[in-house]
Amino acid sequence: MRPGAKRRKGYLASRSVQAAFLIVLVALWYLATSRWHVSPILLPSPVAVLFQLWDIVSTGEFVGDLAVTLRELAAAFGIAVTGGILVGYLVSRSHYRIRVFEPLFAGIYAIPIILFLPLYVLFFGLGPASKIALGATISFFPIALNTIAGFGYVDKAFVAAARSMGASDYQLFRYVLLPAALPVILTGMRIGFTVALLSIIGSETIASLAGLGHRIVHLAEGMEMARMFAYIAFVVAIAAVLNAFVSTLEARARRAR
Amino acid sequence: MRLTQPQHPFSWLRRPFSWLRRPWLARVGLIVLLLGLWEIAARWWVDPMFLAPPSRVVMSLGAVLETRGVPAALRITFWELGIAFVLAVAIGLVLGLAIGLAPFARKSVMPIVLLLYGTPQITILPLFILYFGIGPASKIAFGVTHGFFPIILAVVAGVQNIKPILLTSARCMGASRWQVLRHVVFPHMIPSFFAGMRLAMTGVLLGVLLAELYVSTAGIGYFTALFTQNFDPARLFGLIAMLAAMAIALNEMVRRAEAHFSRWHAE
Repeated sequence: MRPGAKRRKGYLASRSVQAAFLIVLVALWYLATSRWHVSPILLPSPVAVLFQLWDIVSTGEFVGDLAVTLRELAAAFGIAVTGGILVGYLVSRSHYRIRVFEPLFAGIYAIPIILFLPLYVLFFGLGPASKIALGATISFFPIALNTIAGFGYVDKAFVAAARSMGASDYQLFRYVLLPAALPVILTGMRIGFTVALLSIIGSETIASLAGLGHRIVHLAEGMEMARMFAYIAFVVAIAAVLNAFVSTLEARARRAR
Repeated sequence: MRLTQPQHPFSWLRRPFSWLRRPWLARVGLIVLLLGLWEIAARWWVDPMFLAPPSRVVMSLGAVLETRGVPAALRITFWELGIAFVLAVAIGLVLGLAIGLAPFARKSVMPIVLLLYGTPQITILPLFILYFGIGPASKIAFGVTHGFFPIILAVVAGVQNIKPILLTSARCMGASRWQVLRHVVFPHMIPSFFAGMRLAMTGVLLGVLLAELYVSTAGIGYFTALFTQNFDPARLFGLIAMLAAMAIALNEMVRRAEAHFSRWHAE
């Protein structure tokens, strides 16, 4: 057998294992609810969940909550990117400042900032402001740290070469520093986006008035399990789409530079 | 021979900010400055219902610990974190070895693991409460599911990086399956395994604290909600400061262990 065909066969085999895993999972779920009398309060039947999902999508009920969550996400991520890159750049411009600030940021980044959610709720209320502030705080640190790493550790030979060829400050930034730092910064932005999304849905789950996380908790408290499962599936799909979108943008920007 | 510069006895008077040259002193100075601003803001500008000055937070630490139920809540949270971490490491290690040591399992199961790791688990938090109740069990379970994915990834990556020639030569010398695991696989996995443990600790902290804040009857989540609702910022800050200290200590323990155990590997 040719090696290409062999690899192809291995690929098919692993794909079929994945498909089989999914099918067995759904089949067990279906059997558990229809044959083994698992209470629908604990596990609603997959058919009911699918039905509810269709209802949510076709009636457009999700639009309001999705809009709230996305607006919070956009605001939080916007603040974090602006602040993180600005602060990161300013810190990275001197070796001394890197040594002062980088351990400080890294230390704060290691604390689970979600702990401070009660304080954010106290300061900013139950509405979107507390989610935006928390999301912006949490995603600020990976972005700032990666910006410092990106700009701060550019190979000195490149800078010296550009300077000796007579590059101005702007030219140095545009043609040397930015291209060298961009991949690291983009990675920081991707991490920042993921944690912002997580912390916004998380803080909506814990204390809020609107948004997708709030909707899931609301349904859980009303014991509308099938609809809650449908919303969970919906949110997971939205998160997957958003993350895939950001990863694609990152890969594109990397190639384009 | 090098002569030291004669120091003027009052050199610090001539250059009063020369201590700023030392980064760690500057860092401490910055923190002190921020605390000072916070103290001033909290004393004279901001409504005392929302912000307590750091001096009063420090004073309130005793009062927090004397609040009925708080020491028990801290203990419960600490146990939840510890048990969740140990379970996450054990489950992650077993699953990681099972997946990593079989190339076919690696190819077929890893995408599923990565997919699950990428989903926002916070959406299924209400389900954990439903299945495991509002006591410590749900917090531990939620912490475990946040913690074991990084361990699986780290173990799989560690196993993958072993040079095949080492496995082959161990086999040639007649090593049994267990001996290969014990003397070849485990030692090579250690740096990556400890890096995974550090990520797992971050995950466990996140999972347990999220579940605590969401609903809690006896853990710290109950008291943060209580102090927030009573507009008692001094005690709230005090409690959160203690938890942050606990988180920092746990992170630091894992980081030290990582540095200690992966030392020999630095060739």
